[in-house]
Amino acid sequence: MRLTSTAVVAARALKRNTMRSILTALGIIIGVGAVIAMVSIGNGAKSQVEAQVASLGQNIITVFPGSTTTGGVRGGFGSSSTLTADDADAIAQEVPGIVAVSRSVRSREQVLANGQNWRPSIAGEDPEILDIRVWPLISGEMFTARDVASANKVCVIGQTIVDQLFDGEDPVGKTLRVGRIPVKILGVLSKKGFNYFGSDQDDTVILPYSTVMRRLGRPRTNISSITIQAASPELIAPIKLEIESLLSQRRNGREPDFMVRDQLELAETATATSKTMTVLLGAIAGVSLLVGGIGIMNIMLVSVTERTREIGIRLAVGAHGNDVLLQFLFEAVLLSVLGGGLGVALGIGASEIVANTLNWPVLISMPAIVIALSVSAMIGIFFGFYPARKAAMLDPIDALRYE
Amino acid sequence: MSPPVVSLDSVTKTYQSGEIEVRAVRGVSVDIQAGEFVALMGASGSGKSTLMNILGCLDRPTAGKYVLDGVDVSSLDRNARADIRNQKLGFVFQGFNLLSRTTALENVELPMLYSAERIRPKEMRERALRALDIVGLSDRADHHPSQLSGGQQQRVAIARSLVNQPQVLLADEPTGNLDSKTTVEVMGVFQRLNAEGITIIMVTHELDVAQFCKRNLILRDGLLVRDEKVENRPTAETVLARLALAEKEAALTES
Repeated sequence: MRLTSTAVVAARALKRNTMRSILTALGIIIGVGAVIAMVSIGNGAKSQVEAQVASLGQNIITVFPGSTTTGGVRGGFGSSSTLTADDADAIAQEVPGIVAVSRSVRSREQVLANGQNWRPSIAGEDPEILDIRVWPLISGEMFTARDVASANKVCVIGQTIVDQLFDGEDPVGKTLRVGRIPVKILGVLSKKGFNYFGSDQDDTVILPYSTVMRRLGRPRTNISSITIQAASPELIAPIKLEIESLLSQRRNGREPDFMVRDQLELAETATATSKTMTVLLGAIAGVSLLVGGIGIMNIMLVSVTERTREIGIRLAVGAHGNDVLLQFLFEAVLLSVLGGGLGVALGIGASEIVANTLNWPVLISMPAIVIALSVSAMIGIFFGFYPARKAAMLDPIDALRYE
Repeated sequence: MSPPVVSLDSVTKTYQSGEIEVRAVRGVSVDIQAGEFVALMGASGSGKSTLMNILGCLDRPTAGKYVLDGVDVSSLDRNARADIRNQKLGFVFQGFNLLSRTTALENVELPMLYSAERIRPKEMRERALRALDIVGLSDRADHHPSQLSGGQQQRVAIARSLVNQPQVLLADEPTGNLDSKTTVEVMGVFQRLNAEGITIIMVTHELDVAQFCKRNLILRDGLLVRDEKVENRPTAETVLARLALAEKEAALTES
């Protein structure tokens, strides 16, 4: 029999039992729908995390001080106080492929303005930090390298500081008291929001790193970290190696007291959770797809038994075993593919509902749709084959006699 | 004389039923010419159904030779036999064996779906309608079997058996499920088809039915014991007329 007429015969058989066909396909519909919805939700969460990580800046490598051991007591990362501004200069001069370097000194001080006070995080940086972190100003201007060189008392402030201390006024040109020193506000940063770890990135005052080092609190000689921007993502790994060997060299073979981290590691940690979630949700959905397939096999077996006589008639009037096999295989595949199609629609619908009602980020994944559809077709073939073969192997004489 | 359409030469069929060998057909030789109308008779267990299955290429003989329309079909494989059934044979069964919830027309189209050469849907429809017309049911083409009487269902089955213009029409107890009047009507259809030149072989255990055929073959214990020509063959019309008359008389005596 020709393929087209087989398809027509199969479609007619399904239409004759509309209710049963729908119920049979329901397993696949729910399975595929679940796969699409789960993967969409998982992807949405992942892309949100990735966006947050990206907001930290592009191709960033950070050098932190390492641990120290004093009299056998190990101090943990950051306890070493040997990372210096000179290390940063050496990196900037000697390591190729670097776009920008910023020396960072972190602190916390009480700030005062307009008779209000607040305790933001204080960051001492080079002016390049705004380019590295892709963080434009909305008003005023950034301090310059000259301000850094002479440790001028100037700063730029984040949105949260404006909200807390200036109550909607334009703070540019005003004076902010940081700890014990008055500092002139040169500019206001655009809003960046919370980072992945939940801290408010806008709750910050950025000063020249030298100002923080020399004028704020107890003067210090070390810096908190070095922020480096690589020219491209491929350069991150070689630059890390270069930095490590350069800094080791500068320490004359002493135990390394620094560590070099890049953003990819951070991104990986951050997305690992949502990846696990996506895999888990996908696996659960996959199981329901399998159950749907078994449902199809079950109904196809019932259908073959029920239609033994029909098969006998077809064989008697000249159908080959293959014609019968194809007919039942077609039915199974048609069921599973129609189920898959409806499932995709259901999955997209469910994702939209989740996106709209729960305000979760949802990203409908095209590969997931293609995979779900082809998997459901394969389920049809896999679970339809055994019943179809059973039908094709029937002896026409026995089949015709079947009551 | 032209070669016979059906030629059986010492055909035997042995089944293995557990430990016991059942010799259902033990050596049947018979020739059937084109245009014959043969009744195959015998008690149950005589081997007539087995022989019918062999004649219908549904089964293969254990030994012996079966030549159908010049082709030795005794050793063909499953698919080749399916093609022979499709092209050279037409089947009419006791239980009609129509596809339920499928129109009469689609039932008649069924054998054409499995034809070796491609038949366009339009031609299928035309041929099916013509076949239904031959059995007088072209006005019932859209009816489902459940909407038809037993006699009508059997006529649809006959139309289906005719649609591929077979060499031989095989009928297995075609009147077994019908009342006496409908039986005569269906036999009338067979007689008419035979008169137009179609070879018919029919299994029956009813003598009344066998009377309508031209030749009776009687099987007993797997052997052909009698082969006789039917004398004074009644036509279905005269029998029907007689039945109608008897009915009328019965109605008169009742009142």
